[in-house]
Amino acid sequence: MLLKLEPSPEQIKQEKIYSQMGLTDEEFQMVEDILGRTPNYTETGLFSVMWSEHCSYKNSKPVLRKFPTSGAHVLQGPGEGAGIVDIGDEQAVVFKIESHNHPSAIEPYQGAATGVGGIIRDVFSMGARPIALLNSLRFGELDASSRVQYLFKEVVAGIAGYGNCIGIPTVGGEIQFDACYEGNPLVNAMCVGLIDHKDIKKGQAHGVGNTVMYIGAKTGRDGIHGATFASEELTESSDEKRPAVQVGDPFMEKLLLEACLELVKCDALVGIQDMGAAGLTSSSAEMASKAGSGIEMNLDLVPQREKGMTAYEMMLSESQERMLIVVEKGREQEIVDIVSKYDLDAVAIGVVTDDKMLRLVHNGEVVANVPADALAEEAPVYHKPSSEPAYFREFQAMENTVPEVTDHNETLVNLLKQATIASKEWVYNQYDYMVRTSTVVAPGSDAAVVRIRGTRKALAMTTDCNSRYLYLDPETGGKIAVAEAARNIVASGGVPLAITDCLNFGNPEKPEIFWQIEKSVDGMSEACNVLSTPVIGGNVSLYNERSGTAVYPTPVVGMVGLIEDIDHITTQSFKAAGDLIYLIGETKPEFGGSELQKLTNNNIFGKAPELNLEVEEKAQKQVLSAIRAGVVASAHDVSEGGVAVALAESLMGSENLGANVTLQGEATTALFSESQSRFVLTVKKENQAQFESLVDATYIGTVTDSSVLKITCGEELVVSQPVSTLEKAWKGAIPCLLS
Amino acid sequence: MKFAVIVFPGSNCDIDMYHAIKDELGEEVEYVWHDATSLEGFDAILLPGGFSYGDYLRTGAIARFSNVMKEVVKAAEAGKPILGVCNGFQILLEAGLLPGAMRRNTSLKFICKNVELRVENNETMFSGSYKQGETIQIPVAHGEGNYYCDEETLARLKENKQIVFTYTNNPNGSLEDIAGIMNEKGNVLGMMPHPERAVDQLLGGADGVKLFQSIVKQWRDSHVVKA
Amino acid sequence: MYKVKVFVTLRESVLDPQGTAVVHSLHSLNYQAVSDVRIGKYMELTVEKSDRDVEEVVKEVCEKILANTVIEDYRYEIEEVVAQ
Repeated sequence: MLLKLEPSPEQIKQEKIYSQMGLTDEEFQMVEDILGRTPNYTETGLFSVMWSEHCSYKNSKPVLRKFPTSGAHVLQGPGEGAGIVDIGDEQAVVFKIESHNHPSAIEPYQGAATGVGGIIRDVFSMGARPIALLNSLRFGELDASSRVQYLFKEVVAGIAGYGNCIGIPTVGGEIQFDACYEGNPLVNAMCVGLIDHKDIKKGQAHGVGNTVMYIGAKTGRDGIHGATFASEELTESSDEKRPAVQVGDPFMEKLLLEACLELVKCDALVGIQDMGAAGLTSSSAEMASKAGSGIEMNLDLVPQREKGMTAYEMMLSESQERMLIVVEKGREQEIVDIVSKYDLDAVAIGVVTDDKMLRLVHNGEVVANVPADALAEEAPVYHKPSSEPAYFREFQAMENTVPEVTDHNETLVNLLKQATIASKEWVYNQYDYMVRTSTVVAPGSDAAVVRIRGTRKALAMTTDCNSRYLYLDPETGGKIAVAEAARNIVASGGVPLAITDCLNFGNPEKPEIFWQIEKSVDGMSEACNVLSTPVIGGNVSLYNERSGTAVYPTPVVGMVGLIEDIDHITTQSFKAAGDLIYLIGETKPEFGGSELQKLTNNNIFGKAPELNLEVEEKAQKQVLSAIRAGVVASAHDVSEGGVAVALAESLMGSENLGANVTLQGEATTALFSESQSRFVLTVKKENQAQFESLVDATYIGTVTDSSVLKITCGEELVVSQPVSTLEKAWKGAIPCLLS
Repeated sequence: MKFAVIVFPGSNCDIDMYHAIKDELGEEVEYVWHDATSLEGFDAILLPGGFSYGDYLRTGAIARFSNVMKEVVKAAEAGKPILGVCNGFQILLEAGLLPGAMRRNTSLKFICKNVELRVENNETMFSGSYKQGETIQIPVAHGEGNYYCDEETLARLKENKQIVFTYTNNPNGSLEDIAGIMNEKGNVLGMMPHPERAVDQLLGGADGVKLFQSIVKQWRDSHVVKA
Repeated sequence: MYKVKVFVTLRESVLDPQGTAVVHSLHSLNYQAVSDVRIGKYMELTVEKSDRDVEEVVKEVCEKILANTVIEDYRYEIEEVVAQ
């Protein structure tokens, strides 16, 4: 047998082998100071993954502290597998979003699939039943290259492959296409779960002498250094790092899911945590650190898929579908009995100790002995330099200009064909969005709505982030991302509860990028405070660059809202001829980062639309009160493409409805401006008086039975299109771009 | 009337089937684990959708060797109603309780959407509450629903009126637009569309209710006569 | 001990949508010479020696589970190997 010789501590230091693992000279020095000696190869590996940005947030921590994380309903904020919010009746909702950008850039199917698998585990490791999945995706322009189309198709197939098989409906999300994502697509997956308060479990290793057990798939050499990989820029040679990509097994995860949900009902279970990024290392170190205890593990007992694995390889493997649990001493057999029902093994691999050390034994020798806190909590924190980029000053100095449009009628059709606006039916028809038979509002409306069986309640959920606004002005764009998510929840009839965020940015070592991070978080935090939606967890994905070019700042907001009665559930589709159409909010000539600007100029520039959070909050409160009073027939927020696109979208799928609408002011602005804090609502005639007493809204027209959308500006009929023409353009765009 | 919902490792529409029977029909229903060795006491057997054993190797190929499948075969022989939906249909094909086999959808993609079905034969214990030729809306959600059988089998299916449901707008390439077939005896039905997903207007439609009502009505009628 | 290679393909009479898609893409890449593609499965079995004839065992598992003979054909290669 070949013996792999690992470098000695001296070699690691002298030949700077640690730097290949991602540790800096200063960080290696810190490790030596902590240990009082030079670390061996395995120990260096432990520190390198745990101190990577992906696991330690060492670059983003100072910024993340700005987020409001508490609130009356928050049961669990950031720090555990997923955050938890109370929804009454001893029930709570658990949710989190996470990125899998780098793996998806290299191997899109498996990258996306394992992203979905990872976020599901984060939710069920809290003891919650996952009830819905969403995903937020960013790609290059679909017509740019066959590579972009390949990434798009494979990512969608990967999400479908995993979510459909495990039987959790993929109910919503969003997709944006922009050239900046061409080499570095973004794949963010969100999972929402439901839990009874009494079942909440945490990833903590309490109780000296308790047993540490391993459940799930065997450990192989896949994904070694995945966390470090996620913390580096992609380059042309990244494809060579392919071993970092793991392969998902949704069937195994389905078994693990059912087994874990049965385990959480068993009081022998003390703590549970997913082996996600940095696998066995992060789960063991974090569980010990959070409980103020230590863990000793015998790696010989770890179920292994390959022969001759070293301690280093086992600890850094990111093999999927594995869980680490802590069990009351002497009750291991109860655990074994539960999981064996699902054809899984539970293996005792260690014990909880009181010395706060993570100690690893392999082949009878201690191969690592390091303080758990040092791995999990004491990574260095960097305050990166930040500087305002020149482009921002230029954009801020520009006057708002209205793009030149000669034919509004034609422009509306062209906007509907823009991939970012176009129907995503091609995508979501590949997702099983109905399994578990609780999806009340399927993909395609403002927010997805999932009912809670056995109650009158339902949950509204959405992901949002218009990164074009964030690029032009990260602070305003950050506010808009949160506000738009809340607008979507409100339009569906829900009260926004809280958010989870996935901060996708470029290389934070560049001061201009770090500035984007700071400003985005400032804007988001302010909006979260005003709209009472604390941040209960999330994920940071930095180094989203390909060959030196960063993606737009893309802090994706995943929001969940509570609909207190299923009668409040509202969709964007117009319901009946004769209903009155209202516009809420003020329309200004704001085209910076708009779809129309991109369409007419092929790039974006200028100021992002303004957002006044007080105005936003008032509009949302009024809309929600009207919905709860039962006087709103349909509600849609106005976003990309402006009022004209919102009206067109509200008519899609209807049998014979049309609309006659009159707007004030200059036509291009009235139709296509992307001013914020606006909604299009319809109201039955008999509810007019009550509606008008509740909401400050402008009456703009009526729903007709003509199957034609007619919009007049001033005296001029500027849009007159059969709904069938609009629908054909909107639905056909993505299949057409792919063929 | 008492229904069994068989749960294989990887089944995921078991809960939907269970609630359709319990909440919408108000009949008795129990989950039965794949290693069960008896189905005594159950009046009808439901094989739900999902990805039994991950559908690794072939859809339904591994599940058919479960202990419980021996009991399902016995129940079929005894004339009890057996309904396999989606993966349940695939398992019935692999087990030889229904003729033919499933191929991947011609689009090579998973398809999830509402589709329109035509009731081709309403003189069965599964479709008695529908009108002959009626069109109904039932969702599909599958990657392999492209039904195939040889010409001889097809001729027999037609002759015996074993084709119960067809697609009006074929989503998957299935032979002769076949969406659901039954055995010669008429007590085993396999279909790709999910009637258990169409039992509540809140979720967009309830055209599937009549399928379950047909089973119950037939059972009641035959038991009242006997009594 | 025997190493057995099992090849499962769709029967010739059955349309192979994956194969058809691959032919199309090969043609679009200008490999006109490739006129047909059939996609199948390849499995490796390790079979210990027993008192039953190995070929009989392999045939049985192919018929019973590895292939669905309604739509699939199979063939196999058996090689005897000496344990190290």
